[in-house]
Amino acid sequence: MALSDTVPIVGASWDDVLFVLFAAILLGSGLLVVTMRDLIRCGVALIVCFAALAGIYVLIGAPLVGAAEVLVYIGAITVLILFAIMLTQSKAAPVRLVFQTQAVPAAIASVILAIVLALAVSATDWSALAARVAAATNDVAKVLFDRYVLQFEVVSVLLLAAVIGGVFLARRDEGGSGS
Amino acid sequence: MTNSLDAYLVLSALLFAIGTFGFLARRNAISMLMSIELMINAVNLSIVAFGAFIPQLKDQGAVIALIVIAAAAAEATVGLALVIAIYRNRRTPLVDEYAAMRE
Repeated sequence: MALSDTVPIVGASWDDVLFVLFAAILLGSGLLVVTMRDLIRCGVALIVCFAALAGIYVLIGAPLVGAAEVLVYIGAITVLILFAIMLTQSKAAPVRLVFQTQAVPAAIASVILAIVLALAVSATDWSALAARVAAATNDVAKVLFDRYVLQFEVVSVLLLAAVIGGVFLARRDEGGSGS
Repeated sequence: MTNSLDAYLVLSALLFAIGTFGFLARRNAISMLMSIELMINAVNLSIVAFGAFIPQLKDQGAVIALIVIAAAAAEATVGLALVIAIYRNRRTPLVDEYAAMRE
């Protein structure tokens, strides 16, 4: 039995309902990331945030980017962040203040930024050039390894440099006062 | 709603503003790095949205987004290594206690 074109009770199309759902999860968990006191919970909320974003990528017609989001962000970066949290937080001295003293000006500034960006987006008429196109993985690979092959190689060198730099920075001094 | 570029760009703008607030307001260096990740993802969402809606950018949006993801992975590696190195020296992850150059 096939699903109907619209969601039975709401009457909107499935894409719209999924978009609203993913957007709500994305913004809600994003707010949790920047406001929660316990850093481990912030990291877990970050995972939820990236998962919702991967869902939006699939919805928009870029499933390859969604897969990369799950692999790289949820699989690698968030785990790295969680490890760094466990290495740097001491249970002996709980943090009294979550925010700095400039939290209120920061909130005002970011609200103004959101309003300005939203106005700029809605003031532009996109309908002239906007037509929904889905990117097939085959075509993406052709563009990536043909026109963007230099950027691809530069990024691989950048990743190598980041790995070496990360190991060098986080290494303990030999014979030093490392604990 | 899903057939308009505006919805995705506004969503990306809101996520970017949330990341900006976290970066400016949090005291913990790792929280600030997490906020930077939120901002990078907001920009990536707008890149993918442009790629999905503008025919001239078909396929290129996804390619640029993949390159941005790789660069963000490099940034996270170096950033977290820096935080751990500073933590070894100063014994605190709170950025407002790094005041050695102010005294």
